[in-house]
Amino acid sequence: MRILAYIGAAVLAQLAAFGRLSIFTAQAVSHLARPPFYWREFVTAVVQIGWFSLPVVGLTAFFTGGALALQIYAGGARFSAEAVVPQIVAIGMVRELGPVLVGLMIAARVTSSIAAEIATMKVTEQIDALVTLSTHPMKYLTLPRVLAATLVMPVLVGIGDIIGIFGGFVVGVERLGFNSSAYLKNTVDFLQVHDITSSLVKGAVFGFVAALMGCYYGMGSDRGAMGVGRATKGSVVAAAVLILAANFALTEAFFST
Amino acid sequence: MITLRDVHKSFGSNHVLAGVNLTVPQGENMVVIGGSGSGKSILIKSILGLVKPDSGQITVGGQDVTTGDRDAFLARFGMLFQGGALFDSLPVWQNVAFRLLRGALKRPRDQARDIAIEKLRRVGLSADVADRLPAELSGGMQKRVSLARAIAAEPEIIFFDEPTTGLDPIMAGVINDLIREIVTEMGATAMTITHDMTSVRAMADRVAMLHGGVIRWTGPIADLDNSGDPHVDQFIHGRAEGPIATLR
Repeated sequence: MRILAYIGAAVLAQLAAFGRLSIFTAQAVSHLARPPFYWREFVTAVVQIGWFSLPVVGLTAFFTGGALALQIYAGGARFSAEAVVPQIVAIGMVRELGPVLVGLMIAARVTSSIAAEIATMKVTEQIDALVTLSTHPMKYLTLPRVLAATLVMPVLVGIGDIIGIFGGFVVGVERLGFNSSAYLKNTVDFLQVHDITSSLVKGAVFGFVAALMGCYYGMGSDRGAMGVGRATKGSVVAAAVLILAANFALTEAFFST
Repeated sequence: MITLRDVHKSFGSNHVLAGVNLTVPQGENMVVIGGSGSGKSILIKSILGLVKPDSGQITVGGQDVTTGDRDAFLARFGMLFQGGALFDSLPVWQNVAFRLLRGALKRPRDQARDIAIEKLRRVGLSADVADRLPAELSGGMQKRVSLARAIAAEPEIIFFDEPTTGLDPIMAGVINDLIREIVTEMGATAMTITHDMTSVRAMADRVAMLHGGVIRWTGPIADLDNSGDPHVDQFIHGRAEGPIATLR
């Protein structure tokens, strides 16, 4: 009986957590339609999330694209299919690796930062101070960050896709001996609009998830340094898992036959 | 006038407020004293709506705090938080002018900055600190900035949560005098929570002691030493022996 009680309590706790997250999400989104909108905070979030993430996104995509080219070449050689490197690098980066890796890097860099910042604000009574200054924390802290991440992530993913393909191109031409113009022509000819659309949509969804998790865990932080640490860790884990789950669902939606 | 009637608030089995009755007359500074963890901060947060009481009624100027336009209600208040609660990411002047840069009291940026600098001067800080970040200031300066923010929009009611905690005795004295002067010249109603008896004597018009979730005693500052309440006597003289249990 005790085991059943534990299972029941765990299920109820999970359902309660899901309910809290759903209410938080609905509240965050509902503030889009209710003025005021804090433009200055939005622009700051765009710069913080978009501009300052470019180096890590670029490096991640470049090395992944290069490694992908080497793997496809080595694997393709087993059945004399080395020539497909440009096409597979392109499709691999645009459909999967670009959005997922950029999403995970944003979860590591942005989600953790948002959660730690908001949790510290909560612990040091800055959130209470916002309320006493007639400023809704959801409007001032959550909405600008979530909207900024949702809008800039497709741009980051697009840039990541291009740099990833460029990484494959550099390795293909310099290391594997591909003709540069043939490599580019094969890449461009093979990619379809549908591939690019799926990549950008994934980016928007992953951006929304990453920023929302940072805000949710930050706002729900417990007191003290341990509370901030727990909120930060929880936000990154939740964002990473949800991004991977959402990636599966979106891949199924876009490419299931 | 602020009135609390039979206000209760519990966190699990911890009954922090167990039927608080208190009246803060208009234009006076009511100082609430009590030990650490006695619920003083919860009392102030209940009035502001940051914490929702389980039962009881709180009115400000005769109006129930749970009714009416919340933004308009909060615009009547200024608050100095225990740790300052300054926004790390904003320079000092934007912290002070926060309410003047957005919402119903929004003004042009230049005007808001001028008011912020004037308020900084009022609390003894020069215009040089206006563009610095809060983290670049000492604890005493942060308290002053927080005080400047609390008075920036000229509120009718100001709350001070442990205004001298963490300050050296001289700086604590300076902050006590500043609060006394500012509350008097603004004609504001104030509520201060503290366990610093020097602060109590420097700034109180009336004193209330919160202990065991209820107001044990309240009266004018002049009567504090002759309250006749053993809890108050033990607290104001800092005695280990008495009705308030202490851990050793």
